[in-house]
Amino acid sequence: MTDTQPVDTATRQDTDLVRVEDLKVYFPSNDGLIFGRKGNDIRAVDGVSFTIRRGETLGLVGESGCGKTTVGRTLLRLYDPTAGRILFDGNDIASLSGRNLRRLRRRMQMVFQDPYSSLNPRQNVANIVSEPLRVHGLAKGSEADRRVHELLDIVGLPAAAANRYPHEFSGGQRQRIGLARSLAVNPDLIVADEPVSALDVSIQAQVINLLEDLQNDLGLTYLFIAHDLAVVRHISDRIAVMYLGTIVEVAPADELYARPLHPYTKALLSAVPIPDPAVEASRERIILTGDLPSPANPPSGCRFHTRCPYRQPTRCDDEEPALRELASGHTAACHWAEDIDSGTIQPRQDAVAAPLGGHSGDAAARPVA
Amino acid sequence: MPLLEVRDLQVRFSTRGKTVYAVNGISFDLDPGDTLGIVGESGCGKSVSSLAMLGILPKPAGRVHGGQVVFDGEDLLTLPDERLRHIRGNDIAMVFQDPMTSLNPVLTVSRQLTEALRTHLDLGKKEAAAEAASLLDRVGIPDARQRLRDYPHQFSGGMRQRVGITMAIACRPKVLIADEPTTALDVTIQAQILELLRTLVREEGMALILVTHDLGVVAGICERTHVMYAGRFVETAPTGELFANPRHPYTVGLLKSVPRLDAARKQRLDPIGGAPRDQTSEPTACAFAPRCAYASTESWEQLPVLRELDGATGPAAHRVACWNPVPEQDLVAAGIRQAPTGRQTGDQPDEERQA
Ligand SMILES: Nc1ncnc2c1ncn2[C@@H]1O[C@H](COP(=O)(O)OP(=O)(O)OP(=O)(O)O)[C@@H](O)[C@H]1O
Ligand SMILES: Nc1ncnc2c1ncn2[C@@H]1O[C@H](COP(=O)(O)OP(=O)(O)O)[C@@H](O)[C@H]1O
Ligand code: SF4
Ligand SMILES: [Mg+2]
Ligand SMILES: [Mg+2]
Repeated sequence: MTDTQPVDTATRQDTDLVRVEDLKVYFPSNDGLIFGRKGNDIRAVDGVSFTIRRGETLGLVGESGCGKTTVGRTLLRLYDPTAGRILFDGNDIASLSGRNLRRLRRRMQMVFQDPYSSLNPRQNVANIVSEPLRVHGLAKGSEADRRVHELLDIVGLPAAAANRYPHEFSGGQRQRIGLARSLAVNPDLIVADEPVSALDVSIQAQVINLLEDLQNDLGLTYLFIAHDLAVVRHISDRIAVMYLGTIVEVAPADELYARPLHPYTKALLSAVPIPDPAVEASRERIILTGDLPSPANPPSGCRFHTRCPYRQPTRCDDEEPALRELASGHTAACHWAEDIDSGTIQPRQDAVAAPLGGHSGDAAARPVA
Repeated sequence: MPLLEVRDLQVRFSTRGKTVYAVNGISFDLDPGDTLGIVGESGCGKSVSSLAMLGILPKPAGRVHGGQVVFDGEDLLTLPDERLRHIRGNDIAMVFQDPMTSLNPVLTVSRQLTEALRTHLDLGKKEAAAEAASLLDRVGIPDARQRLRDYPHQFSGGMRQRVGITMAIACRPKVLIADEPTTALDVTIQAQILELLRTLVREEGMALILVTHDLGVVAGICERTHVMYAGRFVETAPTGELFANPRHPYTVGLLKSVPRLDAARKQRLDPIGGAPRDQTSEPTACAFAPRCAYASTESWEQLPVLRELDGATGPAAHRVACWNPVPEQDLVAAGIRQAPTGRQTGDQPDEERQA
């Protein structure tokens, strides 16, 4: 965000709140039961490293099943890491237990995608919002009531909401209730897993603005997980792109869109439909073939090589590319990123869909803004 | 005479003494080869309209309250079930958000496809099998012949949607209604499916009705777009015109509230305040008035009907159902249009109309 608090952000950002090092999270496979052979582990997250600075929003994007949710849940230690380290404010969360883990957990909260199933339908809003206070023994009785009203106010809900039940609220309002609940314990980090994906477009903008206001007012740090790239770019300072359990690119939000360096990022961006027929008619799009391979059996070498329109005869199939810094603060994991960026290596022709041209005459005639 | 003519379609649901006014009078024409988008938020009546046209509303709660759906001279709403089923199999087909809706989980894809082909196209066993394989090939399923032996659950989401589309186009329908066909899919897979739909429309001359909440999806594929709110069309125009010159406050609100990848990052989004209308009463005024910055006394008291903007008629017509269409300077302020002094904006809509 190009907001007007240079001093504040500068001092805040010189330390990382979260530091993830070579994180792996494997799940035992069920495949064996169906196909009669012992399946490989599902490598949901397979060697991921990144940092989140204090007060920033790190966006995490990628196709469904690529491991975004698993990363988020493991940060909160809802899953145990298979390997690697997660440092939260300098503490290795995997080594904590009991009271220390609880104390740390209070500082990290999660907001979920589904505003319907994530709230207990039998509890009223006051109970839902104050539950974390009770769990952590932070407030009860009239003090808790006061805090509930304060929280409802912060997220833009009327005080009267306290006595009502989740089903009486719309999706956007339920998401506000979920936010109020996660703010109850004054967390430092909020992992927001697709927090607006289930909402209507007109409501999404309300919730996004609220998230931004809360960050400014309360100094929150966000890991913002979503598959809508336009939304992620709007809200994030930096963005990490995941593919099949690994991070393939990290860059400042605007830079990622202006100059994507990894072929997967390029394909992802070019697949997003733009709400402007003139733009849609004139841009070239990279169409990936095939589906996401199974995370139980990821391709050798570069995991993207089975679908990559830029794949080369050497290295791609058998040498795993490391995340390399290619510009300041901009890393990508592709052997050929420089040559692709300079245009020396071009995508396979059959992967490039020609501009749509004048599907409606009028659109084609209009100059692209 | 258009291929499909929908006139004043109204649908209501009655459950536990409550009535939901789901669709409150929509009309449109569809000609062969047309691509028509219907966009709107959740609950505005997009799916219910499609189901009603095909006579597959959930019974007994849902019923058509009025209107006509004339296909090839026959009103589908009054046809006997058997005749309607014939039309559904042969002339008008539907693709759903969840492809499993149209697939039987316990039959192989081959079995389902060949059966459809045999009953509707009167093909022999061998011919049907060959046709099924060539169709799967056509929609981009690798190893088509081999995959025919698989069950639907053995396909990925994107592949399953391809199979759903295959089922729908198997009998070469004249009209394909696709209800959020890519909403459950990732963007890269969505791009594949949209590309496929574009190709099919172009090569088969099918007419397409694409129902979606995603403005970006209609922008890339539909010639004309209807914007729906609370069971009515509030604006309709050629897609290019609609995006360049939206005049209904709801359309403008939608365009302003989505962040765009191709534009500079905004400091702040402009949401539409409030929430969509709960449709438990019949609209007697503008349903958008409670959320609208332009609402006037008329908006609160009288139902606005679709009216032509600037007198253009026929395929170029731009219609708005609003007592106070958004003035041009507000579009400029919102960054949707350039200032009229610029070289493009002012005269452009006219050029379009001639096209
Ligand atoms: N079986 C049903 N019983 C009662 N009401 C229904 C039923 N199906 C739909 N409705 C109501 O009809 C209205 C229109 O629903 P519809 O499914 O057409 O919306 P939609 O525009 O397709 O939304 P979405 O984008 O969520 O698919 C809504 O108010 C909905 O609650
Ligand atoms: N609890 C679990 N048990 C087994 N497999 C899981 C579990 N959670 C996620 N997975 C698998 O791990 C991979 C990554 O999943 P997830 O993190 O949910 O992806 P995303 O959030 O990016 O869609 C997927 O293949 C998914 O099926
Ligand atoms: S390493 Fe090779 S396969 Fe992987 S993204 Fe780069 S060019 Fe494509
Ligand atoms: Mg997820
Ligand atoms: Mg629907």
